[in-house]
Amino acid sequence: MIKVKKLTPPKMSWSERIYIPNVLKGLGITVRHIPTKKFTIQYPEEKWIPRPGYRGAHRLNKDGEGRIKCVACEMCSAACPSNCIHIVGGVSPWDDREKYPVVFEIDMLRCIYCGMCEEACPREAIELTQVYDFAAYSREDLVWDKEKLLEMFELTKNNDYYETRVQKAVKTSDVNPNG
Amino acid sequence: MSLELLTILINALKVVVVISLVLVTVMILTLMERKISGWIQNRYGPNRVGWGGILQPVADGVKFFTKEDVIPGHVDRFLYFMAPAIALVPALMTFAIVPFGDQMNFFLFGHEITLQFQLVDLNVGILYFVSIASLGVYGLIVGGFGSNNKYSMLGGLRSSAQMISYEIPMGLAIIAVVMLSGSLRLNDVVMEQAGLWNVVRQPLGFIIFVVAAFAETNRLPFDLPEAEQELVGGYHTEYSSMKFSSFMIAEYSNLITSSALITTLYFGGWQVPGLELLSLPIWLEQVLQILAFLVKTAFFIFLYMWVRWTFPRFRYDQLMNLGWKSMLPLALLNIVLTGAWIAYF
Repeated sequence: MIKVKKLTPPKMSWSERIYIPNVLKGLGITVRHIPTKKFTIQYPEEKWIPRPGYRGAHRLNKDGEGRIKCVACEMCSAACPSNCIHIVGGVSPWDDREKYPVVFEIDMLRCIYCGMCEEACPREAIELTQVYDFAAYSREDLVWDKEKLLEMFELTKNNDYYETRVQKAVKTSDVNPNG
Repeated sequence: MSLELLTILINALKVVVVISLVLVTVMILTLMERKISGWIQNRYGPNRVGWGGILQPVADGVKFFTKEDVIPGHVDRFLYFMAPAIALVPALMTFAIVPFGDQMNFFLFGHEITLQFQLVDLNVGILYFVSIASLGVYGLIVGGFGSNNKYSMLGGLRSSAQMISYEIPMGLAIIAVVMLSGSLRLNDVVMEQAGLWNVVRQPLGFIIFVVAAFAETNRLPFDLPEAEQELVGGYHTEYSSMKFSSFMIAEYSNLITSSALITTLYFGGWQVPGLELLSLPIWLEQVLQILAFLVKTAFFIFLYMWVRWTFPRFRYDQLMNLGWKSMLPLALLNIVLTGAWIAYF
């Protein structure tokens, strides 16, 4: 036998039953929202800065001498669950390593931004940046080659990609005090 | 120029000016509604077209005129085409009896002319409003029926039931006002409130009238005919482009007229208390009175939008319970109390 617990709704007081005081209370709540701070980020002019650890577009890091760090070991493309990294290795022109990538392409549309490539890389050569707005007009434009990925390193190496490019960059803490 | 011709010309001009003012206000209201909804939800609302978004209604208008006008194959074409017009015409007609200023005498071409700031000074003004406003529901019923769609049909049916339930408390609330003024002419109602506004003398009637007016204009919390979440738009689901826009214009015109009527019946119309003590020139007094009317009306329009973004929709049985079991007895009680007041004071 299932025990049934009967709940009775709380009895409404006289002022609640005539609705009007509570209606006015509700109106008071909404009108107080009108002059408050707006949460909207005005997108093209203002952009949101992601928190540290955000996984956005990739970059290929350079070492102190400005050479590409990647040694074309293909660990990243092996780790990639969506098979979006395409590497063709070649004989390195430098003495301290054997190989370097002749072709290094990432299909940004196939990529799921999981960060496995970053974790697999033994040389810290591939990294995910905070950049999230890199839309393009064609699928071809979103297959990023080595030059593009190295350029991303130059753009993001100071960690101020949005601060320097937008009229107003909005930190998460500015928008949501609890976030 | 003869006096008759001059009177006809002035009246024609008044009609053109007032109707275009109402339509321009409708445009402004579409923006205002979206802005207020944004502000209440801590957003900005539309702010891209023009300066801070003020050209948004123009963009919307261009969109409505250039959009494809889809006529679904399953509709009853005659009723489907008629419905937006049936909704729109009464909505624009009701504003005719609203007095928005005191009358004014001036000389033109050697004739003394009395200019009424009102399209028609009907001696049964309030009855005209009640009858024409209830015609507006035919637009919704015919639209819902002609669309040949279950949801639209439900929307139309709901609107008719709602209109019947709320017309009665509204009429009874108006009766109490008419008992005080002793006249159905809206100008007399306004004049009679020179000392004390009706909202002070008729607080119960005021609340009943406002709630009934919300239901009559199908605005939240009584927008059951539309009910996006359950009826996917209700009576105007099948409408697109300018036909849809006609329904919207009708809704906003109704909103303007009922706000103007709340002002006229309960907030002294164009009266400004204590204005005659300042002994201003007569033209300035007139301008201030018209401005006062506009400000009061604008406040009630704001109230409509404010309420819309505050309260959830009533369930259908709650709506009927409120109408028949609460508002109707209260409206009758209000008449009795008003009668007692008139008899003893």
